[in-house]
Amino acid sequence: MLERTPALAALLDGTDDRLIVTGLGSAANDVAYITDFAPRAFTMDGVMGAAASLGLGVALAQPAREVLVVTGDGELLMNIGTLATIALQNPQNLGIVVLDNGLYGLTGGQTTATATVADLETVARGLGIRRTLTVRSDDELTAAHELIATPGDTAVIVVKVAPGPAAAVRIDRDGSRLRSNFRSYVLSEVGR
Amino acid sequence: MSETATELSWQERVYRVLREHGVTQFPYVPDAGHRFLIEAATADPSVHAIPCTTEEEGVGIVAGAHLGGETGVLLMQSSGVGNTINFLSLIQHCSFPFLTLVTMRGDFGEQNPWQFAMGQAVEPTLNAMGLITLRADDPEQAVSTVEAALGMTQVGGRSVAVLFGQRLLGAKKF
Repeated sequence: MLERTPALAALLDGTDDRLIVTGLGSAANDVAYITDFAPRAFTMDGVMGAAASLGLGVALAQPAREVLVVTGDGELLMNIGTLATIALQNPQNLGIVVLDNGLYGLTGGQTTATATVADLETVARGLGIRRTLTVRSDDELTAAHELIATPGDTAVIVVKVAPGPAAAVRIDRDGSRLRSNFRSYVLSEVGR
Repeated sequence: MSETATELSWQERVYRVLREHGVTQFPYVPDAGHRFLIEAATADPSVHAIPCTTEEEGVGIVAGAHLGGETGVLLMQSSGVGNTINFLSLIQHCSFPFLTLVTMRGDFGEQNPWQFAMGQAVEPTLNAMGLITLRADDPEQAVSTVEAALGMTQVGGRSVAVLFGQRLLGAKKF
């Protein structure tokens, strides 16, 4: 099984201009670590279920920029209907990466539905997402890297990862600062 | 005021005011009271009309629009306010400017008893989450209140809910 932080690092390799929105918890830690706390990454540590809709708003506002949502299975499941909302808009610059470890990491490792009965790629397809992929191996990781590098319909990539800790970093929890830094980056010339 | 302007409905004037203030993202959960705004946004090629499966998505979208340099407004019914509460943490904690237009039920003249609980809780819950609530109960008030709310959000940087009352929308008789 893939390890979460190296797998995500491989997926994000060479995408230094991409805007990133993360769900709370491990996804936020991993992204902050991999991007070295870059202002182009909006890392949440609350508001479970908001990452995908936040990413949609950014993608629609910045059609010329690539936008990536990085989240976990529990976070996405909390508002899974958002995938239908996104599929209806089908922004051509949006990718959603789900680090699927089948458990709620922040609350003690209780299992989510994906540990047994639920399959997120099937759900994403069923809700209208046109490009989907489940990643279980390094080869599939390479294919996923290619998929998000290719502009087109909104893509959902489910990366099956082993349970295990996220990168041990302390993310910035000052929401106003994160908002202001991200927006300034987007609207500055550097960010274009 | 020109002849044509006086003939515009308050809903048309509200849409015009929103567009003049640069609103380009209209996430919504359908409601009869918002029918005109939803149709106007859907027919307008220069904006995004975004049907949501639940109202909290609209909060995320409006915040995301701001991060990307655009302005959004969430259109929802009062019942939907309850669905947005935890997502409003995002607005308060990150100081996002935020505007929502709420069509009221469980209010003036309501006859469906299922609507009262949430309808009557709209203002206290929104206020508890840090939003300023402004009521509009007649057509003139509706337009001027939306205009005022746009100033408070876009210039003042605050989060505001404009509540369109049933005195304005008409209470459903069922």
